[in-house]
Amino acid sequence: MKIVVCVKQVPDTWSEKKLDPATKTLDRESVDGVMNELDEYAVEEALKIAEATSGEVTVLSMGPSQSTETIRKALSMGADAGIHVQDDGLAGSDAVATSLAIATVLKDRGADLILFGSESTDARMSVVPAMVAERLGLPQLTFANKVEAPGDGTVKAHRLTDYGYDVVEASTPAVVSVVEKINEPRYPSFKGIMAAKKKPVETISLADAGIEAAAVGLGAAWSEVAEFAAAPPRAAGTIVTDEGDGGVKIADYLSEQKFI
Amino acid sequence: MAEILVLVDHVDGAVKKVSLELLTLARSLGEPSAVFVGNGADTALQTLAEYGAATVYVADAAELSDYVVAPKAELLAQLVAEKSPAAVLIPSTAEGKEIAGRLAIKANSGVITDAVGISPELVATQSIFGGSTIVHSKVTSGTPIITVRPNSAAPEAAPAAGTRQDVTVALSPQATAAKVTDRVTEEKGARPELAEAAIVVSGGRGVGGPEGFEVIEKLADSLGGAVGASRAATDAGWYPHQYQVGQTGKTVSPQLYIANGISGAIQHRAGMQTSKTIVVVNKDPEAPIFELADYGVVGDLFQVVPQLTEEIGKRKG
Repeated sequence: MKIVVCVKQVPDTWSEKKLDPATKTLDRESVDGVMNELDEYAVEEALKIAEATSGEVTVLSMGPSQSTETIRKALSMGADAGIHVQDDGLAGSDAVATSLAIATVLKDRGADLILFGSESTDARMSVVPAMVAERLGLPQLTFANKVEAPGDGTVKAHRLTDYGYDVVEASTPAVVSVVEKINEPRYPSFKGIMAAKKKPVETISLADAGIEAAAVGLGAAWSEVAEFAAAPPRAAGTIVTDEGDGGVKIADYLSEQKFI
Repeated sequence: MAEILVLVDHVDGAVKKVSLELLTLARSLGEPSAVFVGNGADTALQTLAEYGAATVYVADAAELSDYVVAPKAELLAQLVAEKSPAAVLIPSTAEGKEIAGRLAIKANSGVITDAVGISPELVATQSIFGGSTIVHSKVTSGTPIITVRPNSAAPEAAPAAGTRQDVTVALSPQATAAKVTDRVTEEKGARPELAEAAIVVSGGRGVGGPEGFEVIEKLADSLGGAVGASRAATDAGWYPHQYQVGQTGKTVSPQLYIANGISGAIQHRAGMQTSKTIVVVNKDPEAPIFELADYGVVGDLFQVVPQLTEEIGKRKG
């Protein structure tokens, strides 16, 4: 089975994220980049499916040059090859443009499964997998905490819902996104890290992919940030130490605030 | 007045509160039309009219609900093409955001997710980076498609006609490619849904184990609230994953959030920082969660929380 897993490099959760005043997009220069956490689960799931079906895993990332670190990490976990969609013209792309670039690059590659993490920890929109499915006309099995893809042309997933989960079935090729808890992502082994250095990574520009520059990037975004500001700090609250009546004091506060 | 489409979230016709919030919000932007998909339209019609829906588009063909996300996006795309609404509002749930994403592609339109407010000029307010930054955004191409977080507006009744108009849509083969073959309901009890709840009571590492969540649940029940958990608690298996509040979990912005035994790591704050009122119980006075507290008690949650629950019981009589 041919599996493509899409990964994104995002600012480390612990770093302070800021918008660049000029472009009003995330300032990616001033923060440490890591692989989006949920994408680690997608890589792990891809590797497990590939191991069970004698398949191969290609990792795809769209982003600036430093995204190669994230591609290498996936390769060191065990993915076979990488695709880096990199072009200055992509900077500032919104979800619509991102999905266009990914769908265009993947259109003729014959992937049986295209895997994603269910959200990126920076933008947190959770829409790109659905958009890629829409663009490619493929079934969408998203927010999965269980995936069965035995390599016989079918795929089945448990899609998390508010009430529990839906069992979803489709034929491959298909788009799948996974939530955390679906598996326990492996750590790259020393051998894996060494092997990753020799694995092929193809770099694809807009021109290579046949994507019109006018269709992507900040200028092509269909939504724009008009203005932004730091959230006003919360007014300092009242903090008391429990002296045996802490619960009663909270009840007093909740009464004052009309919650009781 | 410009028509504003509002996709209704419901369970067999029982309309969820977020839909009433969206109808209320839509009234400040134009004339709301509700879009109702699935069973139970007869039950829902009255409520939707009461909250200001001038028209209710009803699509009750079973196949609209039998496949993942895509059919609803196709239905909305058809309505956008036919009615040329000024905007489409969709609840910011996992499914709602995916519907919005697919609709954006179909309708050649920009999409904004997780709005917490929308101005009459259709400028959406978002709270990003774990609540540290407030952003005002607008859609610059096509029909603005905006998903709105639960608890972003107080629902207000304003009766309108609520005229039912049945809609049929011929689904494409692509829209029927991922079939829902079973729906599995996991135990949840009578508590409100986490994302929608006006009051959320959460427990974290300080709860100490699965049995410790009993005191959290009792407090939640005394207030009619939902139960949440920090990642430390769900990772440890003390409480089911779907109740996780924070980055990689649910984002909530209830009227009242009570954090018990939660230190307040950035991952958790990202999911609850926009709560209107925050109450904290933690035995560590240095816990960063106290920075967010409107009212905080430094103390043992196993002393403070049961006392609070008992006191609420007394006061509510």
